Amino acid sequence: MFRKTLADYPLAVTAIALSLFGVAMVYSAGQTDVPTFVAPLWKSQLMWLSLGILCAWGIGNSSVRLIEWATWPAYLLMLFTLASLLVLGAGTGANGHMRSWLAIGGHRLGQPAEIAKIVVVLMLAKVLAERREAPKSLLELWKPGLVVGIPFAMIMLQPDLGSAIVFVGIFFGMLFWSGVPWPLLVLLASPVVSLVLSFSTGLWGAWFLVLIALVLWYKPYLLEGIVLVVANVATGVIAPILWEKLAPYQQNRLKVFLDPSADPRASGYHVLQSKIAIGSGGLFGNGFTLGTQKRSGFLPEQHTDFIFAVVGEELGFIGVVLALALFLALLLRATRIASRANDPFGSLAAFGLMSCWLVHVVVNVGMTLNLMPITGIPLPFFSYGGSFMLASWLGVGILLRISGEGRGQAGALL
Amino acid sequence: MSVHPNDIARRSRVARLTLGALLLSLMVAFFNAQVLQHDRYKLQSQENRLRALPLPAPRGIIYDRYGNIIAENLPGYAVSLAPVNVDSLKSSLTHLASVITLTPDQINAAIRRFRRDPNRPTLIMSDASMSVVSVLEEHRINFPRLIIQSVPKRFYPDGPAVASFVGYTGEVTDADLNSPAYAGYKPGQLVGKGGIEKEYEKLLRGTEGVRYDEVDARGRQVRQATARLDLNPEPGPPLYTNIDLDLQRYVAGVFGDSLVGGAIAIDPRDGGVLALYSAPSYDVNKFTGGIPADYWKTLLSDERRPLVNKVTQGRYPPGSTFKLATAVTGLEDGVVTMDEHMPVPCTGGFQFGNRYFKCWDKKGHGSISLGRAIEVSCDVYFYQLGLKIGLAKMIAGGISLGLRDKTGIDLPDEKRALWPYAVDYYNKTYGVRGWSNAVTLNLAIGQGENSQTVVNMAKFYAALATDGSAPTPEIVKRTPVKTRIFKLPPDQMEGLRTALAGVIGQGTAQSARIEGIMLAGKTGTAQTGKFVNGVELNHAWFVGFAPADKPTIVVAVMLEYGGHGGRAAHVASSIISHYLKVSPVTAVQSEG
Repeated sequence: MFRKTLADYPLAVTAIALSLFGVAMVYSAGQTDVPTFVAPLWKSQLMWLSLGILCAWGIGNSSVRLIEWATWPAYLLMLFTLASLLVLGAGTGANGHMRSWLAIGGHRLGQPAEIAKIVVVLMLAKVLAERREAPKSLLELWKPGLVVGIPFAMIMLQPDLGSAIVFVGIFFGMLFWSGVPWPLLVLLASPVVSLVLSFSTGLWGAWFLVLIALVLWYKPYLLEGIVLVVANVATGVIAPILWEKLAPYQQNRLKVFLDPSADPRASGYHVLQSKIAIGSGGLFGNGFTLGTQKRSGFLPEQHTDFIFAVVGEELGFIGVVLALALFLALLLRATRIASRANDPFGSLAAFGLMSCWLVHVVVNVGMTLNLMPITGIPLPFFSYGGSFMLASWLGVGILLRISGEGRGQAGALL
Repeated sequence: MSVHPNDIARRSRVARLTLGALLLSLMVAFFNAQVLQHDRYKLQSQENRLRALPLPAPRGIIYDRYGNIIAENLPGYAVSLAPVNVDSLKSSLTHLASVITLTPDQINAAIRRFRRDPNRPTLIMSDASMSVVSVLEEHRINFPRLIIQSVPKRFYPDGPAVASFVGYTGEVTDADLNSPAYAGYKPGQLVGKGGIEKEYEKLLRGTEGVRYDEVDARGRQVRQATARLDLNPEPGPPLYTNIDLDLQRYVAGVFGDSLVGGAIAIDPRDGGVLALYSAPSYDVNKFTGGIPADYWKTLLSDERRPLVNKVTQGRYPPGSTFKLATAVTGLEDGVVTMDEHMPVPCTGGFQFGNRYFKCWDKKGHGSISLGRAIEVSCDVYFYQLGLKIGLAKMIAGGISLGLRDKTGIDLPDEKRALWPYAVDYYNKTYGVRGWSNAVTLNLAIGQGENSQTVVNMAKFYAALATDGSAPTPEIVKRTPVKTRIFKLPPDQMEGLRTALAGVIGQGTAQSARIEGIMLAGKTGTAQTGKFVNGVELNHAWFVGFAPADKPTIVVAVMLEYGGHGGRAAHVASSIISHYLKVSPVTAVQSEG
């Protein structure tokens, strides 16, 4: 093992560009006609960014082995924190029903779920890297399944649907990267698909036929096949029951996803206002800080979940393309790092981080245009939030380190 | 994991393709929203931010014939709320009620208005006082969706004097909004409720304007919108009437507080209504911005029925004023001439069958001509004239004289005069054997199955004053409409007018004489069947015109339970003298 002197500048530059872009948008989000608490937030966001860069620099100068070594303790600490959250978690202001904040003595310290995502990526990378061959049957997936499943369940209990979805994304992304064949991934996902499709009997029936065909073709163990089919039937049956169990606001979010205008003043309000803001931005936008929907307070959560709508309204399609291009550059760079990593752990960790960000970007950005249901997933480097900014830069730091130890020239563009 | 370079390269390719495809499809979605559908969203964003505030149009100003103002608009204040939904409206109203006084009626009305048109700011008070406005301004910060706007409010400088014909304005009712006649009206808007305000509503209302205020998500007004989408309200055009406001005030003054009844003055040449007054009157200005409940109650419970227009809606037996209709019918039919005497001279009564019909004058009038009979209003003469004409022709004559019609005056809810449609009426009402020819006697002197409105009698006398053409009474200046209701040779016309002048000269209304002007007219004392202390309370009538030779004014006065027609004649003569003396042209003529 040796240290490379040449750092991965393209990654660092992209991440810094995205972060500065993001802080600028948080500043703009605070520029409303009637000033709110959002106005000064950009300063603390800048502080968190500095802290994040510092952490990234520190990790960038450590080693992948050290990171791998720290994974187990970090994972245990994370489980402990999540468990204690369920007992003492403090609700946030806007979504007071969620116990996702870590608070001591009334002071909120952060949302551990954001850090948990990084830790789960690392732990999953560790577990998957142990095997020389990719898992070929569902039974072999029990260990990675458990690694994700435990924190997933705890976060679902908070309940934080958004973060839970990110866990699913990380899980499937990393299984794919570890070489799990795609039919197995489909079979793994099938109960969830059944859950969703069970609301339409016809669709669910069609899906079930596809599933049977896939089972016959892929030929898993008999027991697995039976378990899969039974699981699909079961989820299809319990879905309506589960629906009843959802909190009304969760039901509403899903209903509104299907038709935002169904309830324009209440649940559909967010999405509708966001679409209006983005659409009214046009090609060039209203100009930085000049978005009228945002200024008059029509745009909800303009500094967190819907910050991308501010980009759309003020900087127009040009700004949107610029932001998405930066994200694409970041994600491609992460993929490149994953494919050039020196060992399976690094490779899997890099791809896991990439998957995590990808889910965040696609779900958050898609949500602003009602392409995705509102799940409250923030946009990396943009949405206001200390722990999230820190977590994102932790990821950047890890990527920098993996890149530094990887094959070829870390700083090369391609 | 499998770490074979080929495997990794393959997965990397799949991953990069997936990444690219996902982000590209996002970009496509944004392109669609921001570039292709930009206009739609831009519009929505404006609708979002801009709150349309209706600007009520000032109603047309109503003038009299000399340009004096009858109805105008003063600045007032309207208070509205622009709530999100019924619940927020209710909570805002509860809040408001803690700051200012809101009656349950006002609250219910506001909720009703909101339910009808949730997209329109809901009117809370249409005419808020200065003190209410200043209290609200103080608490403005607590009511972000409160709108206080300056609106025109109707004012009638002569309030009670003009109430009888001008009407008033009030909020359009739910029932109105449901009827097609009020299509396009919005809850909270004002409409004419009576009189010419109602009759000419479509003309007077003008066109509502709109102002766009830029508001934030909480409904606070941020600024007036920069986009020039505003539409100024278009005031209703002015309305010129035939009313002589000075005369109108004078008539109101003559009636004062004591007399009950109605009076109308029209120009017989074109039907222009110079004055129209129904007593007792009421203060229309109190009706602006919602009629106070206690005032409304007072008006409704007043047994003199101030809300009934005694000129167009009150129907009274016309009494002797109707004898001219009998005379005209007889002359037209050729059964009588001006100089003809009746077979039985008046000895104070007339024996018909087994009944004795009294003349009003027990002393009797002797054997007299038609002209003299009109002057002294001899009942016995007209009993016989009626019999000579015959019931069927009497009824037909009355109908052709328009005494069973509305006059068509431009006021809403005019009542039709009551008069039998044919002899068949009596068969239908009393049975074939249930009545006798005695009804003819009653009809001939203006009693019996005969109830006329004051305006209808004025219209008939306008025909007498001219050449038999009855003009449609018109309050608002329009093209005059005249209908020839009878045709008599000039000498007979002249004879009738001379006889009517004789009523004042040497007949029943000598007290009504005016110095220097020849007044013509007929008194009437109509029996009502209502007795107080054994004395019958009669309606006092006078219908007449002046100057007798070249009439420029016809006046009909009816005093409800006012006693003898002479009293009404006195009222009418003071109205006429006031009109002719202040009218310089006529004054010169009468002197010459």
